Amino acid sequence: MHTNDHVSSPARKFARVCEILEQHERKPSRLIPILQAVQEEYRYLPEEVLTYVATSLQVPPSKVFGVATFYSHFALEPKGKFVVRLCDGTACHVKGSLPILDAVRDRLGLEPGKTTTQDMFFTVETVACLGACGLAPVLVVNEEIHGQVAPQSAKKIVEDILAQEASR
Amino acid sequence: MNPESTRNQTSKAAPAPVTARRVIICAGTGCVANGAWKVMKAFEEQSAKAGITLHLQMKPEGQAPDGLTLTKSGCQGFCQKGPLVTVMPEDTLYTHVKPDDVPEIVKAIVEGTVVERLLCTDPTTKAHFSGQKEIPFYTRQQRFVLKECGFIDPEDIHEYLRHDGYKAARKAWLEMTPEQLCEELLASGLRGRGGGGFPTGRKWDLARKQPGDKKYVICNADEGDPGAFMNRSVMEGNPHSVIEGLMVAARAIGADATLVYVRTEYPLAVQRMRKAVEDAEKMGLLGPDAFGTGRPLTCEVMEGAGAFVCGEETAMINSIQGGRGMPSPKPPFPAQRGLWGKPTIINNVETLVHAVRIIKEGAASFRKLGSEKSPGTKTFALTGHVVNTGLIEVPFGTTLREVVLNIGGGVTNEQGKPDPKAFKAVQIGGPSGGCLTTEHLDLPLDFDSLRSAGAMVGSGGLVVMNQKTCMVSIARFFMDFTQRESCGKCVLCREGTRQMLALLDDVIEGRADANTLVLLEKLGHAVAKGSLCGLGKTAPNPVLSTLRHFRGEYEAHVFDKRCPTGQCKALAKPSIDPEKCRGCGLCLKACPVGAIKGERKVAHVIDEALCIKCGACATACKLGAVQGI
Repeated sequence: MHTNDHVSSPARKFARVCEILEQHERKPSRLIPILQAVQEEYRYLPEEVLTYVATSLQVPPSKVFGVATFYSHFALEPKGKFVVRLCDGTACHVKGSLPILDAVRDRLGLEPGKTTTQDMFFTVETVACLGACGLAPVLVVNEEIHGQVAPQSAKKIVEDILAQEASR
Repeated sequence: MNPESTRNQTSKAAPAPVTARRVIICAGTGCVANGAWKVMKAFEEQSAKAGITLHLQMKPEGQAPDGLTLTKSGCQGFCQKGPLVTVMPEDTLYTHVKPDDVPEIVKAIVEGTVVERLLCTDPTTKAHFSGQKEIPFYTRQQRFVLKECGFIDPEDIHEYLRHDGYKAARKAWLEMTPEQLCEELLASGLRGRGGGGFPTGRKWDLARKQPGDKKYVICNADEGDPGAFMNRSVMEGNPHSVIEGLMVAARAIGADATLVYVRTEYPLAVQRMRKAVEDAEKMGLLGPDAFGTGRPLTCEVMEGAGAFVCGEETAMINSIQGGRGMPSPKPPFPAQRGLWGKPTIINNVETLVHAVRIIKEGAASFRKLGSEKSPGTKTFALTGHVVNTGLIEVPFGTTLREVVLNIGGGVTNEQGKPDPKAFKAVQIGGPSGGCLTTEHLDLPLDFDSLRSAGAMVGSGGLVVMNQKTCMVSIARFFMDFTQRESCGKCVLCREGTRQMLALLDDVIEGRADANTLVLLEKLGHAVAKGSLCGLGKTAPNPVLSTLRHFRGEYEAHVFDKRCPTGQCKALAKPSIDPEKCRGCGLCLKACPVGAIKGERKVAHVIDEALCIKCGACATACKLGAVQGI
């Protein structure tokens, strides 16, 4: 479960990191799977966790930081509760993925350069290709895939989430 | 059993008993996104209602003798028509199935009839096609790699075993020597399906000859090319075939450890591969004593972390070792010194699956299809502006015309309707590839012919583009991609791609002059020359290839400050034709910035100062009165 409990409780936070490190036998070669598991837990890679991982693996923090910044899957900033990923692979691109991105960003009132809404509800990003090209253009909210999306239906998807959250 | 005759029987005479039937729901990413799980649930509910016992898994020995069997399959390739439901043994394929359609299908199964309205129809003759054996999309293909993907349950190892699964691995481990395996591969002429087209047998043989006990086999499933999803479909649809390929390769070079490096963007593929490894371990196929030979063989599934360059062999090795995925110079080749300094071979998913078939059926059988220098079949992901999008497999040497117009069903225009005049180009090989145009329609697709046309097979993404696609924008799209994905090691790749992108932006935004295109071409050749790995070497291809085939389009941007397709916003000058406009107000409502003014039933006008050139008005207008965008 993704909750904010870990972030608010440092002791518990590092307990979980230790578990992850143990699972991978504190091997430096397992750095990428370790970071993946950490990110799964926190939805991003907090800086203090990165240094903790480096110390535990006995590698320089620069190495851990270097790996964390190299791969696009790793986020150094917290992400929203709902991560909206718009596929901008070739097939989606030629079928008009960019107007969809504009529509979603516009609906959420995201300022240029920002990817996460102020209330930490939504993060909007593009990905290179999700491999669901047969359904282009594709939009993914967390793990749920929506195919053959148009600007209007993309807005509707976002609005449905907002409505659902408001009624909770 | 002959499905043709069965189908005729069922439509005329006594229905086959329910118990002989099997329903297969496609559970590839595409169909799942379209609601395949809901359809599956509806089947469970409806069968219960009809009092039919439903088996959700095949028995190890085959189909259960009582009740109806319902299983899922991997991607059947016809993604656009999903969710797909197949009823066996008649091979009736229902398309676009919704949960509400399920009661009717269950009723048809009980009564031995067919729900005609859910069948695939010919768009021109309106004739119904019953299943894969009739639909032109399938009948024009020759499926080997994808053969089992469409019907076996990917999470059921027994089903794979029943379809001759692990037979090749058994043969390789118990009956053949590593030398014989490499010889067979060399004789088959199999070339790597990941893009380069390097002879697989030579790679294996080189690794085999290296001294030492510790060797590795890696399956490259880091399918990063945007617009390609062949490997994903194979892993999701038939994960055991990938493991079997690894086992054959491991035996051929004498490796005891294998690894599958999968893109993290493919969660379902990761999950199914992991399940398949577990099941193979439980059966004793993998583990400390593979096939009872006393020799160990392991298989690990590792997720990538989103870096395109990791598809390059040496970069992948660095990534597996826990570092940044940056390539290293070759030689030494990985086959000599790879993962942890040990001899390592890295093969694409599709290459490994082909190797399984070669060992099972022999090199001669493999060579029956394809061309002399590019034998066998190749899977392509057919996407973009084409009627039938999806996954296809055809022999090398098949023409582009056959693929796009016959299997793909033709090109679609901007309204999504088939239009014989809409064809403009096909982008093949993703960010490393190039464009093919109408002049290439009769070009046989294989490694060498494509290279001479300035394109490449790449991993096999085929993106069809219609007349409304701006080729400069497409070139920019790929340059933007490679520029972001450049690992930064080689200066010409890191800085050169950046400058090429800036030059393309100049073209698209109207700042270019006569010098721009010359510079773009020069720089392109320099980047190709001055880069270490395939990413940089091929990064300029999309630009150079569009410059070669669509120079006029570039020149229109540069000299006339005009985008012939109207796609480049900065050059757009939208206006409303007062002759055509009837003042219906649709564009006015659609405009997000209120740039359109006009009374009802009077021709509207666009305020250029406010217009953001989004094109919403042109989309909204039913009369085609909005021009220039």
